Amino acid sequence: MKSIYILILLFLIPIKAFALIEVDITRGNLSPLPIAVSPLSTDKESKKNFEVLLKKKDIGSAISSVVENNLKQTGLFNTLSKDAFLQKPNIAHLKPRFEDWSLIKAQALITGKVTIVNEKLRVEFRLWDVLAGKEMMALAFTTVPTNWRRVGHIITDKVYERLTGEKGYFDTRIIYVAEEGPKTNRVKKLAIMDQDGFNNKYLTLGNELVLTPRFNPTNQMVTYLSYFRNLPRVYLLDIETGVQEVVGDFPGMTFAPRFSPDGKKIIMSFAMDGNSEIYTMDLENRVVEKITNHPSIDTSPSYSPDGKFICFNSDRSGYQQIYVMKSDGTNVKRISFGKGLYGTPVWSPRGDLIAFTKLHKGKFYIGVMRVDGTGERLLTENFYQEAPSWSPNGRVLIFYRETKTNSEGEGFSAKLWSIDLTGYNERQVPTETDASDPSWSSLLSN
Amino acid sequence: MNRSIFISSGFHILLVIITAMSLPFLSKKPIDLPPIVSVELIQITDQTNIPFAPKAKKIIEKVKKKEKEKLVSEQAPPKKVKKEKPDAVPLPDKKIEKVEKIENKKQNPEKIDNEVKQVSEFEKKELFDPNNIAALIDKSKEEIAESTNKLDKVTQDQDKTIKLGGLSLSEEDALKAQIFGCWSIPLGLPYSDNYIVRIKLKLKPDGSVIKSEILDHARMNKPGQKFFKVLAESALRAIKLCSPLRVPTTGYERWKELQLNFDAREMLQG
Repeated sequence: MKSIYILILLFLIPIKAFALIEVDITRGNLSPLPIAVSPLSTDKESKKNFEVLLKKKDIGSAISSVVENNLKQTGLFNTLSKDAFLQKPNIAHLKPRFEDWSLIKAQALITGKVTIVNEKLRVEFRLWDVLAGKEMMALAFTTVPTNWRRVGHIITDKVYERLTGEKGYFDTRIIYVAEEGPKTNRVKKLAIMDQDGFNNKYLTLGNELVLTPRFNPTNQMVTYLSYFRNLPRVYLLDIETGVQEVVGDFPGMTFAPRFSPDGKKIIMSFAMDGNSEIYTMDLENRVVEKITNHPSIDTSPSYSPDGKFICFNSDRSGYQQIYVMKSDGTNVKRISFGKGLYGTPVWSPRGDLIAFTKLHKGKFYIGVMRVDGTGERLLTENFYQEAPSWSPNGRVLIFYRETKTNSEGEGFSAKLWSIDLTGYNERQVPTETDASDPSWSSLLSN
Repeated sequence: MNRSIFISSGFHILLVIITAMSLPFLSKKPIDLPPIVSVELIQITDQTNIPFAPKAKKIIEKVKKKEKEKLVSEQAPPKKVKKEKPDAVPLPDKKIEKVEKIENKKQNPEKIDNEVKQVSEFEKKELFDPNNIAALIDKSKEEIAESTNKLDKVTQDQDKTIKLGGLSLSEEDALKAQIFGCWSIPLGLPYSDNYIVRIKLKLKPDGSVIKSEILDHARMNKPGQKFFKVLAESALRAIKLCSPLRVPTTGYERWKELQLNFDAREMLQG
């Protein structure tokens, strides 16, 4: 009973209390995150071994440069100059002096160590939150020494994913058509390279005209179109083994074969009886199925990531516009209603956007719109550019652009360019020759 | 018996007469009182209670002195001007001389002006029209009253916010502006309604952070919440970068615990 009285008394005692103050922070700065990529430390013995194996004096610096370059290209990170670093790489990897790194305004720090173990490259790396003074991630990789660039890309993917929340796109490759010679006698070869332009390889000799190579979303297979004795043929190429097979000969004009998301079908358009329609081919039994049936020209089909829908372009409204339909060809809906002509629609791997090429008033635009056609945004404009292809995380587009080689408008040059969804981070992708029709692979290491 | 009654009464009458004759007022003349004059009571402190405007009192004294001086100086110049005034139209050179001379004559009043220049604009006005000093004093009083009213109002508002436990608008704005500069919003984040990070802070009186706690911490490690985790980490970095926070200099009790809601929707929506 006493305790009840005490409780009642306690309730009656006035206590001075304040409500918790809440402040809404609705704005921040959109500047890239300052990140320091410390050179990976290497001991003396490993350095000697690397010099013999790779003919590289400082493999640690070389790998960190790959990481640094990748991060810089994204536009999301501001990689800090190595000249400003106060701590040596070998000590920083053990325990960074966070005060030193915060002094140069770094908010994240990458450290690492490279060694040779049983003639294999072993790379450890750590990602640190400088301001919180804690380790965010630590991983180690072992591979053959010649794969050192790939290790740099994998590290970047891991760092990118940890800091942005979305998967990276660095350990990927780009297949494209390498072009040489005058426009009237152009030699076109199939070529493949890392996404940063390194490790370029030619897959065909250039005897036949090759067009529109497209990666399989699930593995390292490529489908492309080649003219054999002036007849279009669709090929399948296994990049790992180099084995090539003919999928089929198709009549008339055949365009842009592309894989379905599960990689079991190819979707393309070809002209039969003078009318271009969209068809699919099952790669197992080679059965061809007609998807569209309309007197107008339907081309450039692309599957949604779940495989339930297809976007394509058609002139059934009188002008070339983008349409979406179910994968069985029903429920066709026009989604583009802007001025100009729309073409080459490509569904984003995220599934939320469709990239396209637009021709309006003599200029070509690369843009994106939502799958229902709303929110159209033109990312870049130029004299001639087309064929956008998505990075595997759906954040960056690669396309090719033709430009005049001199100010008098003589000659032309075709190069690969990339642009991110913000439209501000546009960069040329280095290629050995002129290049067109790029296609971005999925991540090599999943 | 009768005889004794007569004697007693005779003595009593005598006593009364003697007493009456000996009273003082009976012998004095009546006081000649002045006629009653009605007096109107006027509150004069409004006009003479100078401490409310001490400067004004000094000015009044100065002005009185200067008025005397002015009376002297103003009487003299007209005579001089009359003497120097030439009958004929002066030559251009002479004109200049004249102007100069006139200027010299005006030195006396200007000297007063120079002295006046040392005082405030308010005081200058009083000098130009000394008769309105009272009115000006009234004005100054009104201004003081207004300003005190305003101060009272502000303090009343502050009292309200204190009672409600919130920051004033200016305090909140200062804090927001500081954190805006520190918060690097992860640029790769997709737009979502669900990305609001609530962080509870414990602060020292100087604004430095003792403890920061994410209120939805459990969500950080859930699968499919990578973007939330990235946003939460960026918010924590912003707090670290901004520490010590720009908090009010007073009222520590009310803001020693603070909740910051990091909401990137507006920025991500573009």
